[in-house]
Amino acid sequence: MRGPDSANSFDDLEFYAGLGLQCGLEVHRQLATERKLFCACPVRPYSPLYDAEILRHMRPTLSELGEYDPTALMEFKTRKQIIYRLNRETVCTYEMDDAPPFGLNRDALERALVVAILLNLNLVDELHVARKQYLDGSIPTGFQRTCILGVGGRIAVNGRPVIVRQLGLEEEACREVSDVGHTRTFMTDRLSIPLIEVVTESQARTPAEAAEFARVIRRLCHLSGVVRTGLGTVRQDVNVSIHGGARVEIKGVPRIRQIPPLVHFEALRQKALLDLREVAKARGLGPDAFEAEVDVTPEVRRLDHPVLSQAVAEGGRARAVVLRRCAGLLAFPLGPTRTFASEVSDRVRVVACLDRLPNLVHTDDPSAGEACWREVRERAGACMEDAVVVVAGPRQDVTTAVEEVRIRMREALAGVPRETRRALPSGETAFERVLPGPDRMYPDTDLPPVVLHDEDFERARARAPAPLEDVEARWRGLGLSRAQMDALLFTDRFRLFDLALPRVRLRPTILAYLVTDYLTGLGRAGVEVGRADVDLFARLYGGERAITMSQQEAAARLREALTERTR
Amino acid sequence: MSGDDRLKGYRGPARETLERFGVGVWEDVWLRSRKGEFRGLILPRNETADDRHVVLKLETGYNVGIAADSILEVVSKGRREAHYHIPEREFPTDPAKPRVTLFGTGGTIASRLDYRTGAVIPAFSPGELYGSVPELADLCNLRTEKLYAVFSENMGPEQWIGLATAVAREIESGVDGIVIGHGTDTMHHTAAVLSFMVQDPPVPIVMVGSQRSSDRPSSDAALNLIHAALTAARSDIAEVLVCMFGPTSDRYGLLHRGTRVRKMHSSSRSTFRTIGDIPVALVSREEGVRPLRRDYRRRRDDRRVRLDAVFDDRVGIVYYYPGMKPDVVDALVERGYRGIVIAGTGLGHVNKPLYPALRRAARAGVHVFMTVQTLWGYVQMYVYDTGRDLMDLGVVPAANMLPEVAYMKLGWVLGHTEDRDEVRRLMLTPIAHEITPREPPDGYLVLQGGLPEVERFLKKHRM
Repeated sequence: MRGPDSANSFDDLEFYAGLGLQCGLEVHRQLATERKLFCACPVRPYSPLYDAEILRHMRPTLSELGEYDPTALMEFKTRKQIIYRLNRETVCTYEMDDAPPFGLNRDALERALVVAILLNLNLVDELHVARKQYLDGSIPTGFQRTCILGVGGRIAVNGRPVIVRQLGLEEEACREVSDVGHTRTFMTDRLSIPLIEVVTESQARTPAEAAEFARVIRRLCHLSGVVRTGLGTVRQDVNVSIHGGARVEIKGVPRIRQIPPLVHFEALRQKALLDLREVAKARGLGPDAFEAEVDVTPEVRRLDHPVLSQAVAEGGRARAVVLRRCAGLLAFPLGPTRTFASEVSDRVRVVACLDRLPNLVHTDDPSAGEACWREVRERAGACMEDAVVVVAGPRQDVTTAVEEVRIRMREALAGVPRETRRALPSGETAFERVLPGPDRMYPDTDLPPVVLHDEDFERARARAPAPLEDVEARWRGLGLSRAQMDALLFTDRFRLFDLALPRVRLRPTILAYLVTDYLTGLGRAGVEVGRADVDLFARLYGGERAITMSQQEAAARLREALTERTR
Repeated sequence: MSGDDRLKGYRGPARETLERFGVGVWEDVWLRSRKGEFRGLILPRNETADDRHVVLKLETGYNVGIAADSILEVVSKGRREAHYHIPEREFPTDPAKPRVTLFGTGGTIASRLDYRTGAVIPAFSPGELYGSVPELADLCNLRTEKLYAVFSENMGPEQWIGLATAVAREIESGVDGIVIGHGTDTMHHTAAVLSFMVQDPPVPIVMVGSQRSSDRPSSDAALNLIHAALTAARSDIAEVLVCMFGPTSDRYGLLHRGTRVRKMHSSSRSTFRTIGDIPVALVSREEGVRPLRRDYRRRRDDRRVRLDAVFDDRVGIVYYYPGMKPDVVDALVERGYRGIVIAGTGLGHVNKPLYPALRRAARAGVHVFMTVQTLWGYVQMYVYDTGRDLMDLGVVPAANMLPEVAYMKLGWVLGHTEDRDEVRRLMLTPIAHEITPREPPDGYLVLQGGLPEVERFLKKHRM
């Protein structure tokens, strides 16, 4: 297995071009509205406090074109009970799915249009609210209300044009509290906060470039002044594929710096899965190689396995699936800490809800005792060139688990399955669910289309700042470095910079330093920096004296003023 | 394909635009408007939407509207028609299982989208239902019969009589239970009138619907239908029942008497409540039917049922409000109405200015009954002079009959007789608990949110 240093760095274009890496982003960002998207509930800081709970189940329904979505069918197999926690301050009957939507929040729409203009999109004239199915329970309706504002936009990333496929306006999902066995619990305070989704084409050629896409979108969103900032207000979904692989979506990455390792390891995982397919092909494996299955409850009882034997002791069953001529394949490495068995285990955990790990044992795992395997092999009629996977738990879950093992094996013969995956701390990913397709879309019959009038576009245009490239070109003209511009746009400090600039006589680079790094440092040191407003800067640096002031001197003056005022 | 189909739902400028570019619905197009380029499938237009936009389904599954007058160029790339269908699987039969007939009147149990109106069309055949709610096959052998396809507000005397007749015929033919799919808005009206029209049935007659249409993953339709089928197939409660969610959670259904039930919330799943009493039973997949009381009519093996399906629709409800003028009552009398149910204030009151109109009504032979708009509690017209005056005017107190139930019963009674004393006797003689002799202490419970003890209850028990 090639480690992370098989590429010289995350921007090794030649290496990733060799893999045929293609990567795109879906950036989800909350809009800074006072109210939610389809009701009058206020947007408040998240809280674990709740007043009541409701219990729901989800069933798959047909798409508009008459098809079931594969993700929906997978989620149905999990037989999850979904618990929603309700806080009466932040949730009404709308979020509970006990009342139809009220009208679309016009402030949210106007804010989203500002971003649409900055993204240079082809804007639509009429919004059609769609229902996008989510059967994981993260939205009590079972779907997210969402609409498209525009398609075919353009942004520049390091001077290279990148296509923005579309901009959506949609409602936030719930926050997951826990997911144990067949019960998944959600907190609903975040539900239905207005969100924009910026989708780029898969034009990033290296992991570093993918992160750069995210940074440009972040700068642009901050510049727009219409979004919420801070952790928990933005999430990136990263789409990754390589030549011969498949689109895999890494869901909900909160920090941009996580993106490069995730993309890198995903690309390598796909490559490894393709290698695995070649091995399977060479052994002549077909989809019928995974049919044999046998009850091994007594054997597992004697196995003394911390999880499986426990499950049997609790009244569960154990079953072994024989994978003909698959010896060694389960140990096939897919990442620094993961093997192909990890993928199988993920499926069993997610779909069959056998979530005490390790939830399976297999013959490629040297840690399982050979004596016991002899019994299991014998009972299952498996020889040494076969692999055997054993799962244990409640009868129905085990039936599901066995089927999932087979499904994953068959997918391995095809190569890379289309999946949604979640980020792991190692930079690797784990299976979350089957990747949904367009069949999960359905028109929202509760809301009529919203016609966008010229006035709506004009109001948004009037509110939109100058394009990002123009703003950066102006700053560059003032002598600001790339790092300084990034720092200005890292939060909304750029406003202070632009407002203070005409009222001070400092060198712009010094002003940029003061409003970004220096103020941040003071804030970390416990100084109350909220008082550092335009007027203070004008008072401190408005005079002749500032023209020749050094950075050190200017900083000292600011520190003095802030600490003095605090006293 | 006819030209109409090709431009389905499009009118005015949008239609002209499509005609001009020679494209129609289900055509995959590349389109250039003044705002840019778009690629997608032209969808039919909802007839209630305006005539100035063309709807495209993008490759991502999203729909967007493009202003017809901004379209500069359209190029067709082929056709792709949606083949919308509900997966149909043959409903398995098992001679050991009870036979249940499901009548459809128009509620949505399983449904599909109607492009013309944007509304949902109910799916209904056993095969379609089995495809959507396979659990039904574990409970019963199901036969379905579509009687009507109307929203529940469009149910009326013709449909009530037709439904009652069909139910009686089906019972006589030997089924073990009846389920009636019905829109929820007037489900309690139909439940009440069926209680009078189909008396003393030997098997359960269970009305069911959904508050969230069945095209939503979170719909209550499937679980309600499972509860109703379970009740019809297995319970020993041979009455007209409404079977809908108890709490808003997917936990259990309640079986309400057809004459004591009312829809109490415009959209909540837990909208149906028994008023002035407790429900007959709980029903859940885990525990089956769990009676909450013993005084219900039991299932019998015979196939006798008393069908009495008549209705005089010259009846109205007057919902009294302060300041009401007598002409409201006069208008009904002059238009030939034969019966009036008043939903009065408090214990059953209206203002003095109405007295002459009520006297005129009595003289014209119109039967006037008093109910309470408080819904809970009895009419009691002796407590205040107003009440006594009204009784002197011929207004008959209808005890704790719910206003809608009194309306349905009066229409049914007037289908039999116009004799003053007989109408009065029939109205006040309970047939199916529409009047109860007593209101138990827990018959009136509207828990007040915000109270510490109620909040504690909510935190402990799932809503």
